[in-house]
Amino acid sequence: MLKYIIRRLAMLIPVLLGVSLITFSLIHLIPGDPARSMLGEKASQQQLELLREEMGLNDPFIVQYGRFLGHIAQGDLGTSIQKKEDIASQLMEKLPATMELAIFAMILAVIIGVLAGVVAAIKQYSWFDNLSMTGALFGVSLPIFWLGLMMIWLFSVKFNILPPSGRLTAGVELNSITNFYLLDSILTGNWTAFKDAFSHLLMPGVALATIPMAIIARMTRSSMLEVMRQDYIRTANAKGLKKGLVVFQHALKNAFLPVLTVIGLQFGLLMGGAVLTETIFSWPGVGRYVYLAVLGRDYPIVQSAILVIAVIFVLVNLLTDLLYKYIDPRIKYN
Amino acid sequence: MAFQPEPVQEPASMLAPEKQAMKARKMWVDSLLRIMKSKTSFIGLLIIALLLITALFAPLIASHDPAAQSIVDRYQPPSGKHILGTDELGRDIFSRIVYGTRISIQIGLIAVGISLIIGVLLGGIAGYFGRWIDQVIMRIIDIMMAFPSILLAIALVAVLGPSLRNAMIAVGIVGIPQFARIVRGAVLSVKETEYIEAARAIGAKDGRILGQHVLPNCLAPIIVQATLSIGTAILDAAGLSFLGLGAQPPSPEWGAMLSDGRAALQTAPWVITFPGIAIFLVVLGFNLFGDGLRDALDPRLKQ
Amino acid sequence: MKKKTGLLLLAIFCSLLFVVAACSNDTGSKKDSGKNTEAEGSGSSGEKTLVFGRGADSIQLDPSKVTDGESLNVTIQIYDTLVKYNPEDTEVQPSLATEWNVSDDGKKWTFKLRDDVKFHDGTDFTAEDVVYNFERWQTGAEFIYYGYMFGATEDNLKGIVDKVEATGDYEVTFTLSEPNAPFLNTVAMSAFGIASPEAIEKYGEDYSKHPVGTGPFVFEEWVPDDQITLKKNEDYFGEVAKLDKVVFKTIPDNGARFMELQSGTIDVMNGLNPQDIQTVEGDDNLQIIRRPSMNVAYMAMNTDKEGPMADKKVRQAINMAVDKEQLITLFEGVGKAAKNPIPPSLWGYNDDVEDYKYDPDKAKALLAEAGYADGFDVSLYIFSNPRDYMPQPKVTAQAIQEMLKKVNINVKIVESDWDTHLEATENGKHDMAFLGWTGDNGDPDNFLYVLLDKDNAKMGSAGNIAFYKSDELHDLLKQAQVEMDQEKRSDLYKKAQELVHEDAPWLPIAHTTPPLAANKKVKNYQPHPTGGEAFNLVDIQ
Repeated sequence: MLKYIIRRLAMLIPVLLGVSLITFSLIHLIPGDPARSMLGEKASQQQLELLREEMGLNDPFIVQYGRFLGHIAQGDLGTSIQKKEDIASQLMEKLPATMELAIFAMILAVIIGVLAGVVAAIKQYSWFDNLSMTGALFGVSLPIFWLGLMMIWLFSVKFNILPPSGRLTAGVELNSITNFYLLDSILTGNWTAFKDAFSHLLMPGVALATIPMAIIARMTRSSMLEVMRQDYIRTANAKGLKKGLVVFQHALKNAFLPVLTVIGLQFGLLMGGAVLTETIFSWPGVGRYVYLAVLGRDYPIVQSAILVIAVIFVLVNLLTDLLYKYIDPRIKYN
Repeated sequence: MAFQPEPVQEPASMLAPEKQAMKARKMWVDSLLRIMKSKTSFIGLLIIALLLITALFAPLIASHDPAAQSIVDRYQPPSGKHILGTDELGRDIFSRIVYGTRISIQIGLIAVGISLIIGVLLGGIAGYFGRWIDQVIMRIIDIMMAFPSILLAIALVAVLGPSLRNAMIAVGIVGIPQFARIVRGAVLSVKETEYIEAARAIGAKDGRILGQHVLPNCLAPIIVQATLSIGTAILDAAGLSFLGLGAQPPSPEWGAMLSDGRAALQTAPWVITFPGIAIFLVVLGFNLFGDGLRDALDPRLKQ
Repeated sequence: MKKKTGLLLLAIFCSLLFVVAACSNDTGSKKDSGKNTEAEGSGSSGEKTLVFGRGADSIQLDPSKVTDGESLNVTIQIYDTLVKYNPEDTEVQPSLATEWNVSDDGKKWTFKLRDDVKFHDGTDFTAEDVVYNFERWQTGAEFIYYGYMFGATEDNLKGIVDKVEATGDYEVTFTLSEPNAPFLNTVAMSAFGIASPEAIEKYGEDYSKHPVGTGPFVFEEWVPDDQITLKKNEDYFGEVAKLDKVVFKTIPDNGARFMELQSGTIDVMNGLNPQDIQTVEGDDNLQIIRRPSMNVAYMAMNTDKEGPMADKKVRQAINMAVDKEQLITLFEGVGKAAKNPIPPSLWGYNDDVEDYKYDPDKAKALLAEAGYADGFDVSLYIFSNPRDYMPQPKVTAQAIQEMLKKVNINVKIVESDWDTHLEATENGKHDMAFLGWTGDNGDPDNFLYVLLDKDNAKMGSAGNIAFYKSDELHDLLKQAQVEMDQEKRSDLYKKAQELVHEDAPWLPIAHTTPPLAANKKVKNYQPHPTGGEAFNLVDIQ
């Protein structure tokens, strides 16, 4: 097992190198001049030239790439162009926001998706099965940015019961420890902040959860159906074991394996899918950070942030694989 | 983005190839019949047909010129004159949605075309030749898959410049790994069979074997994946347009319409309601149909 | 193995319980919780906090290094300038300097300073500090506004300011290399706020995140992309602020920001969607505050490009083919149609200039005369995000596109974000392009010279993106720069406007009064034409 993990980790190195090379070269092909972004419309040609030289933008590509890798190796993700901020610390501040949103969405998706899938499978062809599977199909077909806008219109404009944007209402005090606001408010016993943070999380969470929820529900259903046709379930049923016991102790346990893979994959995708959701709900996370940086031509942010997200994505997938293999002894580590 | 509805990962059939070849024709006929019988996939087919008809006869169906402005009539709610209301420049939303079908079809076909052609080529070559070629290609695919797809698409459009064409290219590129992996898997499973060995023994060239014998045997999963991908591609391209990275004005692309109407969310919600419904319906159509196809073509999944 | 799976399932069900509990806890009380926190915020400690919602975060809080409104709107609270503008216009009044005079040749300016001012870090303000600041601005390209207002170049980082000397503990003397009529108005710009030299030395590179000035508010905290908090300066030498705290909160989407205003979580906001003005007016709790206009939005036509745009007749025809009255309705009451490059609120505005009348037939005839009876294709470069002078660039562009189609001109809209747009237009890639300008110092020179003089039509850093090069205009504008008599200058600028009208390098579009929306409890909010104002007079009731 340990050997397998090491091998998998070693395989990550070329992938991540490739990722960094692709990101770096993509970013450098982007038209637009970062020096101009910094100085704005009231700068002279000389001012621009001076700054380009200072920032090393006039060096050959390979030199710039080498410098980039060198810095990353030291844990230095660079400095943003516009605000001159340390990108690593910016990301550390914004990652919790995205993670909180993604985890919340995933919990929502897993609970509802798995339950719906199990029930649909047990009562195959029932009205519930039809309804939930139609719902799941609707779920994967919905444009989430539209869903988000519609929810804002309904819950913020029409009924005014949920806040349309942000993570916390201005004026609500919260001592941040982990920057996961729900966790922080529980740790500090600050229930006003908890309610406020939760109400901010609800709409973007649901919007983000829609697609994985649908996929998980469908995966659970088909996986359950397959397992329930297996002999040992039939035997269990024949032995007269309680139906609930059979379903949860035997069937779901085995049916859960493929579902787990889907969950891992979807969780990684959520990190990226957050771009649209975070943009609509002004959620101060990594997705919006990258999107704004793309618009602002802030090269260093874009390349570092995409790299970090890719690393997380790859690690989550690896973790899922390992977990999968750990749980299911039928798979060999070869 | 690119939240793929259950990717199809393996070739449809593990039957011995020679039998498979004989059975192929019967299978296609059977499948079509089966699709028509399934209610959901029939609805999907119906939506797709409706989409095609609308696109084809757009000038007859639309009540107004989709580009005609009437600034005094801006933000009119739905009425007899404008059944879905008017937008920020007094253009008829219904007519714009009708003409938007053409763009959606274009996006679906071109983006998926790109993923399909490049993906099938890469996957086919990797699977068939194996060894270092396989290693190189699959590492590249791994690298592409290490990016959450929407970020990759945004970065690509940022490089190419925002336009509908570039959004289609970006969405197409992002979809390549899906196809490459399916095809590689399929090729691997049929490559070592006696059937292909026989072809090789007669002295058939690699290209011929690949094109005439190997790929046709992977057709079913490719078709299913392509159908499902069209829906995803339309969704993704609309997302890019919504972010201002896709279709440009005055194009009646649905995502762009949504993005333009956003400022009037409070005063004129109909401007964003209907294009959203249009996107949803079309994507649903392809997903329903794709699902039906999968059930029909993939006997293993049939329940 | 069985245990593991069981544990996993257990974990999932625990989290399920957690969420269900959270949900049931939440639903009933949401509305109340909002009100509670609000009441606590303003009631418990009796503190007055103004929350200002805006679309983007500040870039830096060192005003000498930025040009964006969102940075300067904050720094104007923290810093003072030698002289400052009236709250409602660009007349100059005393601030750090109590009186000033200029030598007869217009080259020597002397300022007498207050002797009772302290920086927020407790150090005394003296003439040496003014010298320190100006000399700092003369050391590099990053001091953007200095370079731009005083004509600094790489070889001459000082620009026209030859010498800055402390001629007493509380007296500063500037020696200019040439007379400069707008000088006094220029040093009143918030970009030239005087910073504490001690703080600059102490924080070094990080100074822009730890601003220290003498102004009515003291910097407290900055959470990037979220909010900036300032607190009242109790020892302010001017009128001490009525508010205890000011919070600048960043909410990028205009619609979302407006909803926050409606629900009472923010007190004032900028960047209101024009569509929402009616909603504000219909709401008993809200008010519209209109900023006096000192800007212009225009469509520049690239006269440098070979082809139709180089032809004066074509440019005039385009002016006639656009129905400005229709176009201005898209501003939803936020703007007035423009006919000159400078806004009517500025002295020197020429009201005798008569705008081209909307007349598509005459436009067609003119086009035919110029040899373009069958029309032609052109590009129109626009920026994607709304700006104060143009709240809906995309919509406006599409309307013009449609109007020009009627005289057979095919417009292709090229949309890009702000920075890319600037770069493209400064390099002359466009046939036509949208742009606008907000006055910096209330001098016509700041519009006409910057935007239309041939000196500023340089490829790559053009302010004059019509690349309009008229020697006649250049002579007029140069004369006006060194003339110290305002009436004579005014005549020169009026003549200049006639010239520009005739040559039609632009389609002037609008002068806007950018609306702010505020809660009615906000009192005495006096918006300044330059786009930024100190909040020491503002109150909440």
